[in-house]
Amino acid sequence: MAETTLPGMVPDTPVASRGYWSSVFRRLRGDWVTIFCLVVLLAIILSAIFAPWVAPVDPYKTSVIRRLKDIGTPGFPLGTDELGRDMLSRLIYGGRLSLLMGITPVINALVIGSLLGIVAGFVGGKINMVIMRTVDVFYAFPSVLLAIAISGALGAGLVNSIVSLTIVFVPPITRVAESVTTSVRNLDFVEAARASGAGSWTIIRVHVLGNVLGPVFVFATGLISVSIILASGLSFLGLGVRPPEPEWGLMLNTLRQSIYVNPWVCALPGVMIFITSICFNMMSDGLRAAMDVRA
Amino acid sequence: MTAALRQDAAPVAAPARVPLVSVEGLTVKFKGGDGSIAAVNGVDFTLERGKVLTILGESGSGKSVTLKAMMRLHPARKTTYGGKIMIGGRNILALSERELVQVRGSVVSMIFQEPMLAFDPVYTIGHQIAETVVRHEGVSRRDADKRALDLLEMVQIPSAARRLKAYPHEMSGGMRQRAMIALALSCRPDLLLADEPTTALDATVQMQVLVLLRQLQREMGMAVIFVTHDMGVAAEIADDVAVMYAGRFIEAGPVGPVIGKRLHPYTEGLLASTVHGASRGERLETIPGSPPNLAKLPSGCSFAPRCKYVEQRCRETEIPLFKPEPDHSARCLRIDR
Repeated sequence: MAETTLPGMVPDTPVASRGYWSSVFRRLRGDWVTIFCLVVLLAIILSAIFAPWVAPVDPYKTSVIRRLKDIGTPGFPLGTDELGRDMLSRLIYGGRLSLLMGITPVINALVIGSLLGIVAGFVGGKINMVIMRTVDVFYAFPSVLLAIAISGALGAGLVNSIVSLTIVFVPPITRVAESVTTSVRNLDFVEAARASGAGSWTIIRVHVLGNVLGPVFVFATGLISVSIILASGLSFLGLGVRPPEPEWGLMLNTLRQSIYVNPWVCALPGVMIFITSICFNMMSDGLRAAMDVRA
Repeated sequence: MTAALRQDAAPVAAPARVPLVSVEGLTVKFKGGDGSIAAVNGVDFTLERGKVLTILGESGSGKSVTLKAMMRLHPARKTTYGGKIMIGGRNILALSERELVQVRGSVVSMIFQEPMLAFDPVYTIGHQIAETVVRHEGVSRRDADKRALDLLEMVQIPSAARRLKAYPHEMSGGMRQRAMIALALSCRPDLLLADEPTTALDATVQMQVLVLLRQLQREMGMAVIFVTHDMGVAAEIADDVAVMYAGRFIEAGPVGPVIGKRLHPYTEGLLASTVHGASRGERLETIPGSPPNLAKLPSGCSFAPRCKYVEQRCRETEIPLFKPEPDHSARCLRIDR
């Protein structure tokens, strides 16, 4: 990597040729924190996807006699909840909805926000004004409040909470995309591309997208952690999915009353939310470093 | 008379020798927040195939603006052009956006001052050259890659095959500028525009790049418009020199006479202020003051406020073009006497 070319020196053995992704991968390989986070996330995501095979028992099966068992109870490694359902199975199943509610809004917002931001940044002028000032209006509200307000207006439910979170995340992504596009648009290589006969469409597709998507993508992965917390928050307040669906935020809410009976078990959904969101955060930082070609 | 300024409607030259480039009364105005800025105020020149015209001038003299106008690269919304730019029979200023895209890169192409910034950092050099070739010639990706390799060899980049896959930041400044030249020449343009291509390079590399450019220009028979503020560079590469000040050519002609005779006091000042102009031990001369504000040009000669020979009449009328010799001309009243 570190090839130093002294002035006037003609290197005989230039850098080995390699693709962009292989160099990203190579830089990622040396970063054990990111790798650890990736592994944890992968475990959580895979177990959520394959929940029916991974979970030891049915997460909906209640039992009056084994309510709020301790962590480590034989047969129930993470104890049971207030209705006697297996916590481990519920946490694994809960990942499905929590991740869906956390990640989908960010993906939606990534598409909508980059589109708006690139258009605003590239076209400029009045269109930029209209888009960015509209975005600023949404910025005026704290994100939690905005999510609750929209969710409340639309009514509780999975789809509605995804819609409301999407609306919350479009403005920040638009803003990042717009600012990167504006700075890229004024760089010499865009003029150079124009001078070599590239039309506006080619410039957007090749040069703007190529330079904007990286930072926007990294920014968006950082938002996933916030999104998971917000989604759990909506469920906690009863604006997300309804019981008896296992979902981490909702589980936290229903176990709330039992916190003095068995605090460790009651904290478990929160622990999952914490682990998932911090892993997304750390991974986003690692990706940011690894994806910078100039690093 | 290649790069001679033409006063009035000059008698039409014999149609057999149609110059590649002919610019008439070019003006470029930028609309700003507070009024418009007249960056180019009437430039006329012609340039034949295989010739190099160097435009000399200080920062802000309008030389780069003129160059970019040759491809209509200025932002359309803020720029007003006037006059006529004929390149190979096409009036650049009258082309549609679609036709313009065809011309850029294939008929006319450009090399930039900062080779670091002129390449997109997220793509390899080879990718960016091949991209241009595919765009203009519609060849397959593989043929384009092959062409890119040939081009890198042509500009004498060592181990070209491996350099194709290098990212811009992995190359040195001189290497990048060579790659930039390769990119600009990828579709064999008739006219190459060079915007201070050696300014950002160190002295030894500067010379190598100049020699390479000159050599490629001769081999390919291109016309080149070369913008610089460096007299030495101009003398090295030019057939014709035009000295630009406040958006006008104030002196133009073949390189020998312009540097030898210096009709205009500004040219004289420019030459005196280079290191080559003074002998050892002497203090270098400078031109006092700075170029005029293009938003409000002085009446009469725009150089008058800084000129040591200034007279009352200089400030009164537009200075016409004087031609003491058929192909050497300047805008200065002192020639009249």
